[in-house]
Amino acid sequence: MPHDVREPQAAPSAALPTPEEDARAAAQARSAALRRRLTIYLVRIVLVAVWLGSWELAARNWIDPFYYSRPTSIWDRLVDWFSHGTSQGSIWEQISYTLREAVLGFVLGSLGGVVLGVVLGRSRFLSDVCAPFIKAANAIPRIILASLFVIWFGLGMQSKVATAFVLVFFAVFFNAFQGAREVDRNLVNNARILGAGRWAVLRTVVVPSATSWILASLHSAFGFAIIGAVVGEYSGADKGLGLLINHAQGTFDAAGIYAGMIIITVLALLAEWLLTMLEGRLLRWRPPSAADSNPV
Amino acid sequence: MSQQKAPVIEIRGATKRFRSGAGLHTAVRDLDLTVAPGEFVAVVGPTGCGKSTTLSLVSGLEPPSAGTVRVHGEPVTGIPDGVGYMFQNDAVLPWRSVLDNVATGPRYRGAAKREAREQAREWVARVGLAGFEKYYPHQLSGGMRKRVALAQTLVNEPSILLMDEPFSALDVQTRGLMQDELLRLWSGSGAAVVFVTHDLEEALVLADRVVVMTAGPATVKGVFDVPLERPRDAEEVRLTPEFLDIYREVWESLREEVQITRERGAGRAA
Repeated sequence: MPHDVREPQAAPSAALPTPEEDARAAAQARSAALRRRLTIYLVRIVLVAVWLGSWELAARNWIDPFYYSRPTSIWDRLVDWFSHGTSQGSIWEQISYTLREAVLGFVLGSLGGVVLGVVLGRSRFLSDVCAPFIKAANAIPRIILASLFVIWFGLGMQSKVATAFVLVFFAVFFNAFQGAREVDRNLVNNARILGAGRWAVLRTVVVPSATSWILASLHSAFGFAIIGAVVGEYSGADKGLGLLINHAQGTFDAAGIYAGMIIITVLALLAEWLLTMLEGRLLRWRPPSAADSNPV
Repeated sequence: MSQQKAPVIEIRGATKRFRSGAGLHTAVRDLDLTVAPGEFVAVVGPTGCGKSTTLSLVSGLEPPSAGTVRVHGEPVTGIPDGVGYMFQNDAVLPWRSVLDNVATGPRYRGAAKREAREQAREWVARVGLAGFEKYYPHQLSGGMRKRVALAQTLVNEPSILLMDEPFSALDVQTRGLMQDELLRLWSGSGAAVVFVTHDLEEALVLADRVVVMTAGPATVKGVFDVPLERPRDAEEVRLTPEFLDIYREVWESLREEVQITRERGAGRAA
């Protein structure tokens, strides 16, 4: 901020802004930032309103709501589900069922992915041996395994957890592998000189440096976990949101499909929010990125 | 002490080759070097001649392809006891605070967390970083990070300190400051130092003995005693006539090697 030229008595320290000027500049910057945030929210709300409004309008006048449904009937369906329950029973039961499958698959899959990724990333020999198998396993369209898992584990929870696990595992594995492989040799050598054994190097150098890679993969991994659980339910289940959607499809209930989709989206967004908080805590040591410091 | 005369480092006919692409690259050839306890030896040579490799042989990070390396009279097989190594690039852990970074050495060596932190706190103060214990490395300047690395190495109280161009990335003023700091911390520690640098001035300011290396593959070209009194002031000592004399003498030897390296570089560029 330039100093105030209208006040010549401030001449001796003319190059330095006075505390009052600093405070004023800071207040201006704050209110500018606030205004900008408000504008962004406002534009977002307008966009959503335009989109939903035009859909509603089109469904009432030109397109067939039987196929395309419309916002108000989706809303009615959601209200109905939450106040009276679904065709499969209480909505909360369906949500908790799907969520448990997704969380379990997510936890097991990421643990497995991190452990195997770090081990292979640190061992040249093992990674060379396993490379073609991993490539092949990654090329399999894994979602098809959901059908296989229903045969193996039945209609219960295990088959969905298995599907979520497989999807999560590979997403996390590749990042953990890359992260463990790209650890700064300098840091490892330094730790060894300072007296670290193999295990201590792994625990204090390799895993922390791979953490930012691993956390980045966890964001998409939870999405995969939910996809795994829902697709698993889709291919055969007695409870869950996937079953609900499948049922809606079977009865040509477009609003039901949309409603299920919205619930799943909300769940995924909540999980994303939790993961972002976790990431913020674990990566406190990182320098703020350039995007975080805006010029005034 | 009984080992006062026995060298702490003894390198005999050491050669180190690396596989590079299709062929073999010889970094160090037929190297002889002995370092006495408490001695400060600087190793100078043209950039990229294999000076760092010498240190990794002593530290046990790399085994020699031929010849022997002994530390405290024992052949080096793993990382020998009592060796500290300060790397050219920052090797502090970016996710640990200053205090915890300095405490890593004692922690690795089995000290309890409290005890390690107490030791670390003392060393953080000794390198002049008191008040910065809770800072993360990215919040510090380059010179301060070097101080952290120095404390991290010295907290283990090494009897041999290996330093690989530790101050080369710093600006001139900070470098002078760190050289003084190093001399202050080293005096009275009784540690032997092998300090690798391509900066002859730095070598002469710090060392008792300067070893000049040939252009790669590196071997010892000449050894010069530095007849400057201690304690030295890093800024003052370089202005004395004695300093200029020894500088001229060593430079005479180093210049040819620098010339060879330059010509090779030019040949590659052409």
